[in-house]
Amino acid sequence: MTETIVPKKIYFRVWGTLLILLAVTVGVAYIHLGWFNPAAAVGIAGIKALIIILYFMHVRYSPKVLWVFVSAGFVWLGMLFLWTLGDYLTRSYLPPPTIWPQ
Amino acid sequence: MSTQLAIFTREHYLNVSYGWKSWLFTRDHKRIALLFLMTITFFFFLGGAFATMVRLELMTPQGDLFQAQTYNKLFSMHGIVMIFLFLIPSIPAVLGNFLVPIMIGARDLAFPRLNLLSWYLLVIGGVFTLWAIVAGGVDTGWTFYTPYSSLFSNTNVVLAVIGIFISGFSSILTGLNFIVTIHQMRAPGMTWFRLPLFIWSHYATAIIQVLGTPVVAITLLLVAVERVWRVGIFDPALGGDPILFQHLFWFYSHPAVYIMILPGMGVVSELITTHSHKQIFGYTFVAFSSLAIAIIGFAVWGHHMFVAGQSQYASLMFSILSFLVAIPSAIKVFNWTATLYKGSISYSAPMLYALGFIGLFTIGGLTGLFLATTAVDLHVTDTYFVVAHFHYIMVGGMVMAYLGGIHHWWPKISGKMYPEGWARLAALIVFIGFNLTFFPQFVLGYLGMPRRYYAYADEFQVLNVMSTAGASILAVGYVLPMVYLIWSLRYGESASANPWGATGLEWQIPSPPPTENFEETPIVEEPAYNYESYSRASV
Amino acid sequence: MSLIVEHQFDDYEQQQQATTLGMWGFLATEVLFFGGMFVGYTVYRMLYHAPFGEASRHLDIVLGAVNTGVLLCSSLTMALGVHEAQEGNRRMVMLFLAITAALGMIFLGIKFFEYYQKFEEHLIPGPHFMWNGADARHASLFFIFYFVMTGMHALHMVIGIGLMAILVFLTWRGKFSSVYYAPIELGGLYWHFVDIVWVFLFPLLYLVERSR
Repeated sequence: MTETIVPKKIYFRVWGTLLILLAVTVGVAYIHLGWFNPAAAVGIAGIKALIIILYFMHVRYSPKVLWVFVSAGFVWLGMLFLWTLGDYLTRSYLPPPTIWPQ
Repeated sequence: MSTQLAIFTREHYLNVSYGWKSWLFTRDHKRIALLFLMTITFFFFLGGAFATMVRLELMTPQGDLFQAQTYNKLFSMHGIVMIFLFLIPSIPAVLGNFLVPIMIGARDLAFPRLNLLSWYLLVIGGVFTLWAIVAGGVDTGWTFYTPYSSLFSNTNVVLAVIGIFISGFSSILTGLNFIVTIHQMRAPGMTWFRLPLFIWSHYATAIIQVLGTPVVAITLLLVAVERVWRVGIFDPALGGDPILFQHLFWFYSHPAVYIMILPGMGVVSELITTHSHKQIFGYTFVAFSSLAIAIIGFAVWGHHMFVAGQSQYASLMFSILSFLVAIPSAIKVFNWTATLYKGSISYSAPMLYALGFIGLFTIGGLTGLFLATTAVDLHVTDTYFVVAHFHYIMVGGMVMAYLGGIHHWWPKISGKMYPEGWARLAALIVFIGFNLTFFPQFVLGYLGMPRRYYAYADEFQVLNVMSTAGASILAVGYVLPMVYLIWSLRYGESASANPWGATGLEWQIPSPPPTENFEETPIVEEPAYNYESYSRASV
Repeated sequence: MSLIVEHQFDDYEQQQQATTLGMWGFLATEVLFFGGMFVGYTVYRMLYHAPFGEASRHLDIVLGAVNTGVLLCSSLTMALGVHEAQEGNRRMVMLFLAITAALGMIFLGIKFFEYYQKFEEHLIPGPHFMWNGADARHASLFFIFYFVMTGMHALHMVIGIGLMAILVFLTWRGKFSSVYYAPIELGGLYWHFVDIVWVFLFPLLYLVERSR
């Protein structure tokens, strides 16, 4: 919980940044960058989420214990992503066992 | 004599108000704990009824008592009721709700109304599950594997899924409440490392409840969507992947088993220290091991999928991490044993349950390592070896810890002592019945008897009959406490504030406690389990 | 304008911190709730990149981008509303919360219009699904995730708008002051979170293969 009152101009700056990033996301999508397209899309979305969390949701001005609570959800989601995708991405590395030769 | 009068005239949480409204609209964590107690006891015996029918069928090699599909429904309902409506709430919702605020020196949990809501959600979820049962049950197994559950099963999958979804939120709210309470509402001087280990294990459990349950919620919701909308999310014919379901399902359901054991471990830490009147050995190790189990436990779910078609590299990684997660559990077992050494051990009923826990949990845990080894798992997966493994932990571990805890804190909760002789007898009966029921199942599994089958090869019959016989003994062991605990409410000896001579804030307040728990907020100056070590005097 | 401290708390500050932590704990559960769907979507998009790209191009990028802009503006007005609450300006709080709710309703309006468009184009999965390209079943999978994910998001928006309405009402009744405005702050946290979900949904669903 924050005692700090965040000045309005910071909110407006964040809002402006968010709208610019929105334009960038859409613009970059039209340029063919191969695997970098989804990476950029998620990356920009991540930055937007970060500034919403830090400024609009006041986390930047909150005690450290709150930062742990905020990150926990994302870290755990990361674990779900990591090991699930880890399965799918490594399936081709080792072929499944075949029938014993007669 | 004077204690009898004291209970008649002294006001406490049970007699402060009467009437159904004072219970159904209560905000007192202690009353809510009792509401949970009644609810989960009902579901325990319902799940037990299903188990009885399963074991009766398995007395003969042929499928003669029930039809195949009925049998599928029986073991599915047994699993669903026992896991979601009994085991997951059990210790946290009953003992945790009652004790967490008192043990940290608070007047109540952080969010009392959410606590009451949590109970209502469990009841509503239970009602939906009962509806599913009455409407004909579910035959998918508690694991709801797709595409059978989402496309082909003709049973009440959606109803059951709704029931689990709702009861899942009960679990989430309990977890949220505990985490915030433990962070924010500790009494002055109650630093993290003076907390009872019961609190540490409930904190770790709460982390799992909050971060794991939502994933199974959305996964089961997707199964319901697939069934209702008749589209394919996990349907191979539409490009869906059943293994994706398994990943999402087990991401919660594996940590769920830690929801089901960590509170039991917390109880055992309390029982061992109190009933051997000794400081816990290695407090810090035990505390951090709870957190380690909670965190590493999220990284091992693929060990349920070794034969499902998962990548071999993923299986390798999950196998290694499954070995790793056994280490903190082992640390606890070593520390409990070291605590017992040179302690002043009293063989009270709670201690008998705790000792039983240590032995049976160790067996269950070690057999988990067998299963974590991919090469061995290939042979014993989906056999009775797995069934025995998890029953050793869930029943030999958690249920015994639960019963031990109920007995240990019964004087505090009810103001009455239970009859010690009967309680010891019941503990013994449970121990014998349990081993007779489940040890043969290790052998059966190793010999190749598959799980979830209602018929089996003739040579397995002797072991199956042993198992069913054991189950009947186990049932007696479970019914006995029901009888004498209720008896003790009327005829039991009145309990003092601290019948065990234990440390801990809950024993500094009267039995039963007043609604506000403490007249004045306690100030904590001592470490936990600060027993005079009798072993120093004796050689 | 009373400061309510519940009996289990020692003082107002402890209550504030507890309720904020509790709200974030709840938001963490929401991260994992939506996250499960994101994981499923990611897996399928990886496996079926071409049909997912083709299907994504059937989504209206203009409406999607406009909707994203609408929500980002609503986050601004929400933050300003909390700011006004901290300064104790009752009327401004009501104004900003009402605008926030209105922007939310605009979002939902556009969303349901998009759903209607999909219905007209026969792109709702099920017996009436019609697909002109190759790999109809994988395209159908895309649309299932589109509808379930945006549908779940829309449900959360509806709840959010309801929350705003309640907060406007309570503000009007004078329940809050510059000292006690916690419910508005907590409502704001919820609103921003739902916005963040959309911030991820938009590029992942609408911008898959726009460069072809």
